Amino acid sequence: MSARGERYLLPPDGAAWGALEAYREGGGYGAAERALRELTPEQVIEEVKASGLRGRGGAGFGTGQKWSFMPKPGGPKPSYIACNADESEPGTFKDRQILERNPHLLLEGLVIAGHALGARAAYVYIRGEYIQAYRVLSRAIEEARGAGVLGERPLGVGRPFDVVPMRGAGAYICGEETGMIESAEGKKGQPRKRPPFPAVYGLWGCPTTVNNVETISHVPAIIRRGAAWFKSIGTPTSTGNTLYGVSGHVNRPGVYELPLGTLLREIIYEHAGGVRDGRALKAIIPGGVSMPVLSAEQIDVRMDHDSLKQAGTLLGTGGIVVMDETACMVRAAIVIARFFRHETCGQCTQCREGTAWLHKLLRRVEAGEGTADDLATIDGVGGYMEGQTICALSDAAAWAATGFLRRFRAEFEAHVEERRCPLPESFRP
Amino acid sequence: MTEPRLSTRVKEAIAAEAGKYPEPRSALLIALHLVQEEIGHVPLAIQREVAGLLGLRPIEVREVVTFYPMYHEQPVGRRHIRVCVNIACALAGAREIVSGLEERLRIRAGERTADGAYSIEEVQCLGSCGTAVCVQVNNEAYLENVRASGLDDLLRSVG
Repeated sequence: MSARGERYLLPPDGAAWGALEAYREGGGYGAAERALRELTPEQVIEEVKASGLRGRGGAGFGTGQKWSFMPKPGGPKPSYIACNADESEPGTFKDRQILERNPHLLLEGLVIAGHALGARAAYVYIRGEYIQAYRVLSRAIEEARGAGVLGERPLGVGRPFDVVPMRGAGAYICGEETGMIESAEGKKGQPRKRPPFPAVYGLWGCPTTVNNVETISHVPAIIRRGAAWFKSIGTPTSTGNTLYGVSGHVNRPGVYELPLGTLLREIIYEHAGGVRDGRALKAIIPGGVSMPVLSAEQIDVRMDHDSLKQAGTLLGTGGIVVMDETACMVRAAIVIARFFRHETCGQCTQCREGTAWLHKLLRRVEAGEGTADDLATIDGVGGYMEGQTICALSDAAAWAATGFLRRFRAEFEAHVEERRCPLPESFRP
Repeated sequence: MTEPRLSTRVKEAIAAEAGKYPEPRSALLIALHLVQEEIGHVPLAIQREVAGLLGLRPIEVREVVTFYPMYHEQPVGRRHIRVCVNIACALAGAREIVSGLEERLRIRAGERTADGAYSIEEVQCLGSCGTAVCVQVNNEAYLENVRASGLDDLLRSVG
């Protein structure tokens, strides 16, 4: 059975299912009914494990496995779900589609996850700028409470479970799971050292599972149609559909729900309508700016975890940024380095200093004032910035900068040799 | 000029938010948003009031105000214009949007007009990459697909 082309995350183009009635018309909350009435928490976790679902927030960790780290209900502390709606990885704009157009899908996933984990509540941490998403989800929660989907007896059978929307305030680091937990506790969003992991010591010191919005939103379909169906979509190690966000120099930017493992060429040329103005493709960031860039020759890669790893990068959030032949790669690297410099939380020296230096060096190169030594410094920065800090922001900053340099070394060297940007018509950073 | 004070309405809203969490401190971020929606920024005197409402020390509020880019200790324009300058928006001409606004309002990004009407801020990715350039005015829904040729209309529409 091929499920290719079939959507289960997004409503049809132009439609929005904000109202409970609209969501129920399509069979909504049927999976939650089945999970709460017919399946034990263990059976739900086993089904999600068997589906092969991996987190859609960037790291790709097995969702069922993550859930199995949680303690059995009945312990001394309540358990919680922290749902990550902080979506702020540049190039990523997919969770917003679910939050604004299909909020009850997320709520249904949370109800099922709450049952599986014995959680008392889910806290949905929405980035501060997503005011529209916050309003739509808040209304959906009110409606779900009124209809008895949430509350003292969810769907008339479950244990007390509620969903609480929260607002962030513009800091990228709060998308990091422990930074988010700190922020949700009303503190600076500085990531915590692990161990202890959130499943042991999360929100308010209680066992907590952190899952991305899209990740949770796959769960109703898995329960409704079964793990075997889900595994029939995608590749053996990257199962199910995913939401690819395509932006940059394409004719039809947008969010496309397609199976994991779809060819990058198909996504860019068939779904996103190809490169704008008939220009030549130059570079593609495959999964948000934290992931190393690909060159145009690599366009026949499949967009799944294993294939992208073999290509020297990672799937990340599936946020695809396309750049055409006019784009200066040093300028692109500057924009991204400036971002990491702005967003470092400052607690680890390597990251705080390293992100500032990367930005400074890249600006020097772009201005025609860089030297071969500067390029060597950028190339070697990973030795100082990777694997040495509390969270992965430092690693990401290093990957992004060294990725551009290594993939487009000749262009960087031309900046140094000609003492100017060889692409003056490029976008400005 | 009298010091701004929290209204009863905002104090009650903050108390209601605090009741949603096992620890009232978790309501700090939303409390600061509520304050800013009413006053426009979060001056020190107000920070002390918020601290009192949530049982915190003033420094615990200030470190949060200064950590998160969306909060302002100093007044911003009545229409605070955020322009995303990250990669997708940069590729779509965000720099031209910023400079176009700077010319029209005769201020630089990071500044406020003398009459207090407008301010401009360059911000990092707003999560609207498919509809770049993305601009957000105050706490409202995004303005998407913004082009330099549409800036006069944009400024008219935000008043």
